[in-house]
Amino acid sequence: MNTRIAIIALSAGALALGACKKDPPESLPPEPLPTTANNTPATDPNAGMSGPGTQSHFEQMVNGQNVIYFDTDRYNIDSADAAALQMQARYLAQYPNVTVTVEGHADERGTRDYNLALGERRANSAKNYLVSLGVPTARVRTVSYGKERPVALGSNEQAWAQNRRAVTVVVN
Amino acid sequence: MKKLTILLLSAAAFHAMPAMAQDLGQAPPPDGTVETLEEETSGLSGSVTDDTAWQDLSIVIPGFATDRNADTAANASGTAALGKEIARVVFNDLRNNGLFEPVGPDALPQPSYSQITAPSWPVWGNRNAQMLIQGYVQAGADGRLTVGCYLYDVALQDELARAGWVVQPGDWRRAAHKCADLVYGRLSGEDPFFDSRIAYIAETGPKDNRTKRLAIMDSDGANHRFITTGRSTALTPRYSPDYRQLTYLSYVDGNPRIYVYDIGTGRQTLVTESANPTFAPRWSPDGRFILYSMAVNGNTDIYRVPATGGTSTRLTDTPGIDIGGSYSPDGSRIVFESDRSGSQQIYVMNADGSGQRRLSFFGGRAATPEWSPRGDQIAFTHIGGNFRIAVMNPDGKNIRYLTNSWQDEAPTWAPNGRIVQFFRTERGSGDTALWQVDLTGTNERRLATPADASDPSWGPILP
Repeated sequence: MNTRIAIIALSAGALALGACKKDPPESLPPEPLPTTANNTPATDPNAGMSGPGTQSHFEQMVNGQNVIYFDTDRYNIDSADAAALQMQARYLAQYPNVTVTVEGHADERGTRDYNLALGERRANSAKNYLVSLGVPTARVRTVSYGKERPVALGSNEQAWAQNRRAVTVVVN
Repeated sequence: MKKLTILLLSAAAFHAMPAMAQDLGQAPPPDGTVETLEEETSGLSGSVTDDTAWQDLSIVIPGFATDRNADTAANASGTAALGKEIARVVFNDLRNNGLFEPVGPDALPQPSYSQITAPSWPVWGNRNAQMLIQGYVQAGADGRLTVGCYLYDVALQDELARAGWVVQPGDWRRAAHKCADLVYGRLSGEDPFFDSRIAYIAETGPKDNRTKRLAIMDSDGANHRFITTGRSTALTPRYSPDYRQLTYLSYVDGNPRIYVYDIGTGRQTLVTESANPTFAPRWSPDGRFILYSMAVNGNTDIYRVPATGGTSTRLTDTPGIDIGGSYSPDGSRIVFESDRSGSQQIYVMNADGSGQRRLSFFGGRAATPEWSPRGDQIAFTHIGGNFRIAVMNPDGKNIRYLTNSWQDEAPTWAPNGRIVQFFRTERGSGDTALWQVDLTGTNERRLATPADASDPSWGPILP
C-alpha cells in the first residue's frame, strides 16, 4: 500500500517536472490483435475508423499510446508512461461507457511465477495511475500474462524492452 | 441499445466465474494397484564382490522368461514378447539415467523359465558380466500379470535381491520400473525413483502464440497423456503426493487462476474463490494443504489453504513479491522466493509464516527454490547473467552449480533427491525442453517429449 502511494507521488512529480523523458523502444511493437473488437459493426463507411468503444478507435484517439514500457524488473510510471496514460484517461473521460483491461507483461529473462507477479504489478501501476487521474476503478481491470505473450521475438535488449509493457485494451 | 447490451455483458464478465469454461480433455484411466509378492529372500546378506564404483559395474539384463507364452492385454504377441519388453524397460531405466552401462536383452541370449532361479553361470561369466538381472512374467487366470525380478552377483554365483509384483496388464511397465528400482537400490544404496510420474507443460506453436497444455507421463516418458486441450494456457502443474490430483494455473476463465484437477473424476475446482489472480500452487508433503500466491492490488503474498477448501491463511505480508514455496519434507518449514530486499532472493519461514529470514547471499538473483525430498539440499534457479540450476544447503551455505546454459529454470527433484530435473529455454527461438542432471552435476541429459516442454514437476514414488 505504501509502495503504491509512493509510486503515484513519484509519477505525479515526474509529470510536474516534465523532464527525464525515457526513450521509448526504437521500433514500436505491432499493435496487439484487437481480439475484443471482432464484432465491431462497420457503421459509418465515411468515418475511416471504427466507432467509440472499439480498440481501433481507442488506439487512434490516443495516437497509439495504449502501451507503456518498463525497465528491467521495474514497474514505476515514468514521464513517457504518464503522458500516455493521461491520453488514455482523457479518452476514458470522453467515453464514459468504455471499460478497459490493462494487460501486464514481462520479458523472457525472468522465472515464470515471478514474471506473472511482475506483470500484475505493472498492470496495477498503470491502473492506479489512471484511477489517480479520475478514471473510476470499476472501469479498469487488470490481467497479467507474465512472459507468456511476447510481441518482440528476439532474445536481445531491444526485444525485451518492447515486451516489458502494459497494454490497455478496450473491453467490449 | 447495442452498446448497452455489450456493457452489461462485460460487467458480468468482471465478476462471474464462468463455470462453463472448459479446457479439459479426456480423463486418464484410473490407476491400478501394484501388489508386492511376499517372497522369501535368500541372498540379502551377500555383498557386492567388486571394489569398483557401482556405476562401473558390468550388468547384463536378458529378456524376462515366461512359463508358457500366454495371451495378455499387455502385448499382442503374448507373455514371451512381453518378457523381452520388460527387460528393455529395466535396461533403459538403468542406462538412460547415466547410472550404469548395462547390456540389454537384444544383445543377449534368452534364459529359459527354469534358469531364472538357477542362472547358467558360465554363460554370464564368459561375458565378463558382474551383475545379472533376470526375471519372469506370468499371466494369471484373471488376466493380471505376475512379474518376478532377481539380481545376481555372477562372481559370487549368489542372489543379491529378489522381488515380485502382481499388476494389471496396463501397469506392466510399473513392474519393470520396480525391478529397476530394486536393482538400483541394492547396488547404490539409494532410495528408489523410477516408479514415479512427471507432470509438465507441453508447448507448441510460435514464440508469440504458444499453445501450452498440461500433460503427464511416467518417469521414462511412457504413458504420455494430455490433460488439457490447449484452448487456454496452462502453467506450473504439481502432482498431489498421492497422485490423485493435479494443481496448476489455467487461464481458462481469462485470468490466471489455480485449480485442482481430480484425476479420478476428471473434474476441476478453483483452489480458492477470489477475484484476485492466483499463481504458483504447491502441495504440502502430506497433501493436506496447498500453498499459493495471490496478487492483491499488484502486491503478491503467499497463502495456505486446506486442500479440501476452506479459509486461507496469509503467510507473508511484505510489500514485495512473495511467491512460490516448497515445504521441507517434514512439513515444518517453507522455503520461498521474495524480492522484499529489492531483487529475487530465497527465504525460509516456519510453516505458520513465522520466523522469516533470507537464505541466499550469493550475488545475482535466486528464484524457484525446491526442497529436496531428502531434506539435505535446496535446488533453485540462480540468475546472474545466465539462468543456472544450483543447489545449496538448507542453511543457505555451499552453493553448487549443476548446469551452465543460457536459461535453465524451475528445478524439481527426483523422489530420492539424487536427480534434479528442470527446463531449458533456447536463446532466440524460445524452444523449451525438459532436462535432468545428477546431484553431482554429471549425467546431464534431455528427456524425450512429444513436443517442447517446460515447468516439470516430478512426483514421489507411486503409492
